Amino acid sequence: MVVNHSINLLAEGKISYTDGGIFAEFAWVIVVLPFIAALLITFFGKNLPLKGAEIALGSVFFIFLYSCILFYLNVTQGVASEFFINVGSIGSFQLEFGWVVDGLSIMMYFVVGTVSLLVFIYATNYMEGEIRYTFFFTSLTLFAGSMLVLVSSPTLLQLLIGWELVGVCSYLLIGHYWEEKENSSAAMKAFITNKVADVGLMIGIIILALTTGTLRISEILYQATHDYEAIKSVAYIAGILIFIGAMGKSAQFPLHVWLPDAMAGPTPVSALMHAATMVTAGVYLLGRLFPFYQGIAHEALDIVLVFGVITLFGAGLIAIVQDDLKKVLAYSTVSQLGYMVTAMGSGAYTAGLFHLWTHAFFKALLFLGAGSVIHAVHTNNMSEMGGLRKEMPRTFMTFIIGTVALAGLPPLAGFFSKDEILASLNHEGHTFFFFVAVAGAFITAFYMTRAVLLTFYGEYRGHGHPHESDSMMTTPLLVLAFLAVVGGWVNIPGIYTGFTTWVTTRKNGIIEYHPESFDYFALFSGLSAGLIGIGLAYYIYQVISEPQNGDNRIKIQPVWRILENKYYLDDFYFKFIIDPIKITFAKAVDKFNTEILDRFINNFGNAASYLGGVVYNRLDQGGIDKALNLTSTGTDTLGSKVKLIQTGKTQQYIMYFLTGVIVISALVLLVL
Amino acid sequence: MSAQPFLIAAAGLFSMGIYGILVRRNAVMVLLSIELILNAVNINFVVFNQMLSDVLLNGQIFTVFIITIAAAEVGIGLAIVLMLFRNRQTANINEFDLMKW
Repeated sequence: MVVNHSINLLAEGKISYTDGGIFAEFAWVIVVLPFIAALLITFFGKNLPLKGAEIALGSVFFIFLYSCILFYLNVTQGVASEFFINVGSIGSFQLEFGWVVDGLSIMMYFVVGTVSLLVFIYATNYMEGEIRYTFFFTSLTLFAGSMLVLVSSPTLLQLLIGWELVGVCSYLLIGHYWEEKENSSAAMKAFITNKVADVGLMIGIIILALTTGTLRISEILYQATHDYEAIKSVAYIAGILIFIGAMGKSAQFPLHVWLPDAMAGPTPVSALMHAATMVTAGVYLLGRLFPFYQGIAHEALDIVLVFGVITLFGAGLIAIVQDDLKKVLAYSTVSQLGYMVTAMGSGAYTAGLFHLWTHAFFKALLFLGAGSVIHAVHTNNMSEMGGLRKEMPRTFMTFIIGTVALAGLPPLAGFFSKDEILASLNHEGHTFFFFVAVAGAFITAFYMTRAVLLTFYGEYRGHGHPHESDSMMTTPLLVLAFLAVVGGWVNIPGIYTGFTTWVTTRKNGIIEYHPESFDYFALFSGLSAGLIGIGLAYYIYQVISEPQNGDNRIKIQPVWRILENKYYLDDFYFKFIIDPIKITFAKAVDKFNTEILDRFINNFGNAASYLGGVVYNRLDQGGIDKALNLTSTGTDTLGSKVKLIQTGKTQQYIMYFLTGVIVISALVLLVL
Repeated sequence: MSAQPFLIAAAGLFSMGIYGILVRRNAVMVLLSIELILNAVNINFVVFNQMLSDVLLNGQIFTVFIITIAAAEVGIGLAIVLMLFRNRQTANINEFDLMKW
């Protein structure tokens, strides 16, 4: 890796920061709040006028406000501090939880807060009258909260907890309509695929913790950048294992298969998941551990780069052949995550996070726009849409803005972030990957234009009369469209590079290349790729044929089939992993279970049952019960005998009495 | 003066009372016999008071009390007998078995 001309803004003194004062000290509130809100919604939500949505909205609005304050502090004075709460120790390991307030996590707080707020507002309308409305908001709030646990984590253990919580919440939300088998399988697929990746992350964390003797991320990064021998020896393997974890959450090839299926969830979930709360986790993790990767694990970083490039190109191609509007966007997300990971892999920390930042806005916008369309036409298939630009002007307009931002045309957000990734690839000398990424930009522009033309142009091919969505749904679209336009203006090389300063404001310095001005070669390549993509798609789907027939023009059968079958990756997994496990291994386990474990347990149970019978019959019935019965029957019999002397005849009583007196008197006289 | 004749008389009176209680069938006669017993006790009290030369006359005061109580007791007793007679048309003590188990 070439690191000449690279500078460390922190070390060069270009970044100054404070501890953030009281607002940083109380940042834990926004992490804890969603969990309290989720509890409140669970217990009281159903009886409230908005069925619990108001609590969710209130908590997320507070998070948004608080993250705005932190963001403002970071922009004006720079904030980098971390807080720990010691909850005990295992051996020499200090078990600590806490929260980090620095440039990177504040950026994530802001993204999570903003996108969540808008998605929550949108969801109150979108989900109206849907099944399990209240539970939906509980899970959605938990989802946002889990992501905050993850990004606020100063220790690897808390990070893992947040990581898993995000996985669980995504499972609940993807499988929201679990009555249909397909949806619950999608949820299961997401969870299991992530679980496979999480094993890598877990082992990586264990290795790092054992070699460094601490779980604190900042301390691990300190050791990684200060020539500690122990961590050097495991850097490569730990780096790869942690990247496997990131591959699961950030949907990198070949573990991306869950993300398109996750479209089974309601659209607000997709928007939240794709923009802020789930898939960004992997990129965030790479960013958080970036000094480690850059300092001592660059071999691992090269692998990250390769997987990122494969993902950005491969997933983009699949997006071209999709008919489901949400799946186009899903593969697009996978592809854009590929860009972010590519950036991280090439050593461009800021570029990767910058793309995360802009992507969060325009992808949330695109998903919410798609949701608005789906809400109107009641189908996901673009073959049943078309001509919607007249009926849904506001959705159309905002969707176009999202598309242009994603395709990377200036001056919208995607242009700047994609350009920065291309520029850093070019700068680091990855010429081949650079051209693959440019081709990716072309593909991105192509499939997005295709999606727009199929959805909004031509004749309406569906049923019924679609109409524009409620203002509760279009307002978030407008806000996100605004952000998708201006989101990129915070990091323009040579003019204003605030974003670079914001995210590099952290305790562990980042060494990277900061361009003084635009890399005009990269800019020109990326821009022309985007324009050609848009132009070509427009030519194929609008000029030479109707949108719905455009696919036929580019259908090269063998290639198309491979893409439609998603490179046969799912089939491969089923044939070589799932089925062998399901058929052979699961059966063997079942056999072991029924024939050995169950038998053992049954015998044990039978023995216990027999012993119980003996105790019952002999000791309880034969001993204790009999003694008690004897006491009562004895008393009864004796009483029935003795009562006979109570005749009711007064003179007889007097007779007894006198006899007694005489006998006692006689005794007294004789004895005394 | 010896106390013996008085005590013998009191014992006789007492024995007659006991006999009456045990043998008579008429409830009124049984009540009368109880009176005899009480009076036997009264005589004893007076005699012993005299013998012991008790200037406070405890014995005689007791006697007065006993006479009072006896009167009350006879009042209640006769009332019970009267009610029983009304309900059963008899005063035979053997036929009153209300207190049987």
